[in-house]
Amino acid sequence: MTATNTTAKPDSPDSPDSPDSPNAGGPAAKSRYTILDQPKLGIKGVLGKWETLLALLFLLAFVTNGMLLEHFLDPYNLADGTFNFSEKALIALPMALLIICREIDISVAGILALSSVAMGLAMNAGFPPASLLFVALATGVACGTLNGVLVTRFGLPAIVVTIGTVSLFRGLASVVLGDKAFTGYPQVMTDWGQGYFFDFIPREFVILLVFAAIFAFVLHATRWGRRIYAIGNNPIAARFSGIEVDRYRMVLFMLTGAMAGLAAFLLTGRIGSTRPNIAMGWELEVITMVILGGVSIAGGAGTIGGVMLAVLTLGTVTYGLSMANIPGIYMTIVIGLLLLVTIALPRLLRGKKVAK
Amino acid sequence: MNALSMKAHKRELLLAASIVALIIGVGMRAPVFVTGASLANLLTDSTLLIMLALAQMLVIVTRGVDLSVASNLALSGMAAALLAASNPGLPLPVIVLAAALLGLVLGLVNGYLIGYLDLPAIVVTLGTMSVYRGLVFVLSGGAWVSSHQMPEAFIAFPLTKFLGVTNLVWIAFVVVLAAWYLANHSRFGRDLYAVGNAPSCARYVGIPMAQRLLWTYGISGLVAGVCGYLWVARYAVAYTEIAYGFEFTVIAACVIGGINIAGGTGSVAGAVLGALFLAVIGNALPVVKVSPFWQSALTGAVILIAVLINARDRKKEGRQILPLHLDNHSSPTAPVRSAA
Repeated sequence: MTATNTTAKPDSPDSPDSPDSPNAGGPAAKSRYTILDQPKLGIKGVLGKWETLLALLFLLAFVTNGMLLEHFLDPYNLADGTFNFSEKALIALPMALLIICREIDISVAGILALSSVAMGLAMNAGFPPASLLFVALATGVACGTLNGVLVTRFGLPAIVVTIGTVSLFRGLASVVLGDKAFTGYPQVMTDWGQGYFFDFIPREFVILLVFAAIFAFVLHATRWGRRIYAIGNNPIAARFSGIEVDRYRMVLFMLTGAMAGLAAFLLTGRIGSTRPNIAMGWELEVITMVILGGVSIAGGAGTIGGVMLAVLTLGTVTYGLSMANIPGIYMTIVIGLLLLVTIALPRLLRGKKVAK
Repeated sequence: MNALSMKAHKRELLLAASIVALIIGVGMRAPVFVTGASLANLLTDSTLLIMLALAQMLVIVTRGVDLSVASNLALSGMAAALLAASNPGLPLPVIVLAAALLGLVLGLVNGYLIGYLDLPAIVVTLGTMSVYRGLVFVLSGGAWVSSHQMPEAFIAFPLTKFLGVTNLVWIAFVVVLAAWYLANHSRFGRDLYAVGNAPSCARYVGIPMAQRLLWTYGISGLVAGVCGYLWVARYAVAYTEIAYGFEFTVIAACVIGGINIAGGTGSVAGAVLGALFLAVIGNALPVVKVSPFWQSALTGAVILIAVLINARDRKKEGRQILPLHLDNHSSPTAPVRSAA
């Protein structure tokens, strides 16, 4: 660190947020030292990265499936294979941000169920078809706001709050639904849920890619993203350095709710009905995607690229298994093992004994 | 008795009082609820949750969480059911022992990964939860084991009465005593609190953390294994989805019982009362003719209220100049007060 009065000139070329960094106002004297944002690019660094490992895993899964299953590489099949993970992945994106920020949201599947129920109610009340999306989003944001308020205003741990709210949201959904179901959703939802662009690319997948790009940009190229990492690494230090920690948390919970609402719109459109067991157990699948994507559960580390690679890997494996007529529940074993192996293997390979 | 434990007892008394008030309130609307038979039934219904909550409490005290209990329960229960169905001559203790051992081994797998490999508990148990649940399907081939396939004695045991009380209640009673001894009067239990309160200090004073964690998750698995048999026998059916999502109910019972998810605090009485509270709500709804669909929503509301109350109890005496979101410190750290 510089011991002199010279302020470090923010000269890292890839930091668009430098004008906003706290020392930007001072005289821009050239320092002898620069603190790099990230390690320099090198072969070793690239190979050791989690994302590289995931990319290899993805290729392996893809090639194995391609060799073993004759219709796997059919482009139409491949395109349809994206349906089974697009909605979950849409929720995984904000979830990654939350976990990087040291929070977690167990209630996403509950929010999704409640949003779907809200759409059903709105439809039966005669809302125009196009407004249903906003009903879902509004419900999602409202649920996310409740989570956020409980976490930030009352200082409660997110995991406990969202275990409570998942019960609450899913409970409210089942109170409204009873043992019935909402069906007969308008055509516009079917179009977005199971439709294609150019009769080939599923719309859901395109939406996912667009959102992945937006999230990646926000997390990796803006001041907001960098602050999320800062909060995740050390919330107290982040607060002392002037980051509105609670506001970030609040917005992330609301964002997660909104994305769960969007997923509810797409999923309801795709399956065409709202049933009590909609998206059952998704919270854990979504969290698995995020963790497998290399996001540290302790916060402060992870990338959107990693999460998307994990999503694609899991999607490929699921799709391959379903083509091979293997029951879906085997998939849960594969996902679980994948998760365990990917976190345990580096620890075992390093061979470092834990000092305990 | 120092001030801190007084405070903890106050919380438990409050919980106990609200359980009694709830029972009386429901009894006023529907007198049938407070008859002996109904209350005995309530107690029997709550036993599985009580046992699992006690095991989960030990885990949460170490700053961990065991999400795999419900899957472990399902797998052990299915194994017990298949074993009993294929060998009707096998004595019951052997079957129970098999279920308990399987549960223990599954728990030790968690414990090894969390203790010796130092992996985060939530991720490990999330993984094993999926794996164990999938293995239930592999083991059973997706088929159900229904009551007519199981031997008489296998099904009858949990609800058989001994001295006027069902075996389930006796077993839960033994588990409560064991947990009470473990948590309050054994070195093992004290070490768990130390690990949860200050892991780095626990390491400095020479607590074998990895070993302690291994056996904590082992105990959790063992209890889940025994409960697996009891669950299957009690409801006389075994299938892949039994106890699906029950891990959250177990954690909810702990949270209601005032057990801090951040580790280091938690009492046997809290876990038992938390479980009882949820059981009372579950049993009271049909009696007061509220749709059972309300149960989940009410449970959620109760959890939120309970954590809000517990958080208020833990509020720091000192005033913080800069509002920080600290992770629930149970003791006031360097209270900042003006000299006036």
